[in-house]
Amino acid sequence: MNAAITPSVALIEPEHEVARRPSFKSRALHNRTFMAGAVMITTIVALVLLAPVIGRYSPVGQDLLHTLSGPSALHWLGTDELGRDTWSRLLYGGRTDLQVGVLAVIFPFCFGVFIGTVCGYFGGRLDSTVMRIVDVVLAFPFYVLIIALVFFVGVGTHGIYIAFALTDWVVYARMTRSGTMVARTLDWVAAAEGGGLSRARVLWRHILPNTVTQAIVYSMSDIVIVILAVVTLGYLGLGIQPPAPDWGSMITDGQNFLQTDQWMAIMPGVAVVFTGIALSLLGDGLADILRPE
Amino acid sequence: MVLGVVVVTFLLLRLIPGDPARMVLGPHAPESAVAALRRQLGLNLPIWRQFWAYLYALAHGNLGTSIYYKAPVASLIAPRLALTGSLVLVATFFAIVITVPLAAFAATRQDRPGDHAVRLFSLMGLGMPKFWLGIIMIIFFSLDLHWFPVGGYGTTLWQHLYSLVLPGLCAAFAIVPVLIRSLRVGMLEVLGADYVATARAKGLRPSRVTFVHVARNALVPTVTLLGINIAYLIGGTVVIERVFALNGLGDLMLSSIGVNDFPVVQGVTLVYALGVIVVILITDLVTARLDPRIRLK
Repeated sequence: MNAAITPSVALIEPEHEVARRPSFKSRALHNRTFMAGAVMITTIVALVLLAPVIGRYSPVGQDLLHTLSGPSALHWLGTDELGRDTWSRLLYGGRTDLQVGVLAVIFPFCFGVFIGTVCGYFGGRLDSTVMRIVDVVLAFPFYVLIIALVFFVGVGTHGIYIAFALTDWVVYARMTRSGTMVARTLDWVAAAEGGGLSRARVLWRHILPNTVTQAIVYSMSDIVIVILAVVTLGYLGLGIQPPAPDWGSMITDGQNFLQTDQWMAIMPGVAVVFTGIALSLLGDGLADILRPE
Repeated sequence: MVLGVVVVTFLLLRLIPGDPARMVLGPHAPESAVAALRRQLGLNLPIWRQFWAYLYALAHGNLGTSIYYKAPVASLIAPRLALTGSLVLVATFFAIVITVPLAAFAATRQDRPGDHAVRLFSLMGLGMPKFWLGIIMIIFFSLDLHWFPVGGYGTTLWQHLYSLVLPGLCAAFAIVPVLIRSLRVGMLEVLGADYVATARAKGLRPSRVTFVHVARNALVPTVTLLGINIAYLIGGTVVIERVFALNGLGDLMLSSIGVNDFPVVQGVTLVYALGVIVVILITDLVTARLDPRIRLK
């Protein structure tokens, strides 16, 4: 998919002349995977942000005279058992789910990258202790741990943030640690150290830029994982609490009407899958673009 | 590792904001009842004594007492282990049966339509909530086609297996996309290896090269990957048991959450983690058997 970017150029050029790598922007524009993901995600974000304009109905407004109506000109995707407009609920639900998904990843990302860099660079006691903790967290099945944490901390958005803050950093830490351990042995890092730069500067300016790209790429799939978890928690009644719309609880509501009104359970899932594909494409594309030659 | 897992499950209780006893009994319970429950749970002791008591009880196979069922947690978990265990087994079987051929298919047709189709398939799987997939399967296979039961577990062995087909497939899909992606890359590497070129040059049939030379060498990374991802699969069964109304461990966990029965939630969480540790050990042993190089170390 991405083969068109550099290797062909490098083949034509004589060996002593170094082919200049195209800029990030041009590499991004020529990467079809990345662009497809970017277009999809922009569409989703635009739809979700414009919810008050294109939603036409309040996501929580009930209309008990028009419950469970199928798709029509008035209600594009029909209404649920309380007469709430499914299209509006889908948009506002996406708003909450995307927001929670993105916010929940920020702390684990920063903390994981930080602790991974420190552990990978300095090693020693701290490193072995942290890696022990990482192993223990990974021994728990992801959903079991998240469900248990949300239950003990308290159901709802705030519980979700805490649950992810406590568990999700381990993947970033592990990834950044191994990246840092590799980078530490490289010549230019030794040169920077030999040149008398402070450790903080070496870590921040010479090592981190090389290790953080992998974490950024992973964060795309991580947002997918977190959104899936938020939706799943919503489905179980442990996530975003009604009446606030959320894709997960919409599927739960729809499950009661599988015999008659199947679209109620299907539509929110389609939204989740679409978002998931968009973010995965974006992540795959970024991985191609940021991969060192 | 086991000790670490025990510490984490013990600390879970500490995460409750405020008083666990008060949380169980609700805001209107009399203070005396709350104090009694606190004593019963040992919450009035200093934390290290609580931990010691917890460890001591665990060493004797005691996972605590359920507040709601008024029965030992272990006795609640034991009868449900078989169902969750079989679900995990069935799902693992499906995961392998689906992943290996698809990954081989994609890897042998790199960057051609077949490859793109498989990659799109795994991309869709990545972003799909498994419980939703379960609902779709119920709509399609149970309600429309009447092939499988909507839920439940049946009574005979045959019925058990039969009712685990849809949940198993569904649970398998929790890890199939990740497995396909990694195995495809792994196979591409093997396909580029010298001995594969040799095998081809010898004039062996392409199918023989794929299955004997490539698949065999891609097997070790598959098992390793399975070991890494199995925890995710096991976690997914919690939700899938709910979708298909199966009375397994996950169902026990979720229904106990509904009634604030935290000793049960704690116990189930611990059992799940121990299960994962056992599975990881098994995959380590299996890879050692499959790959002589690992055995020699």
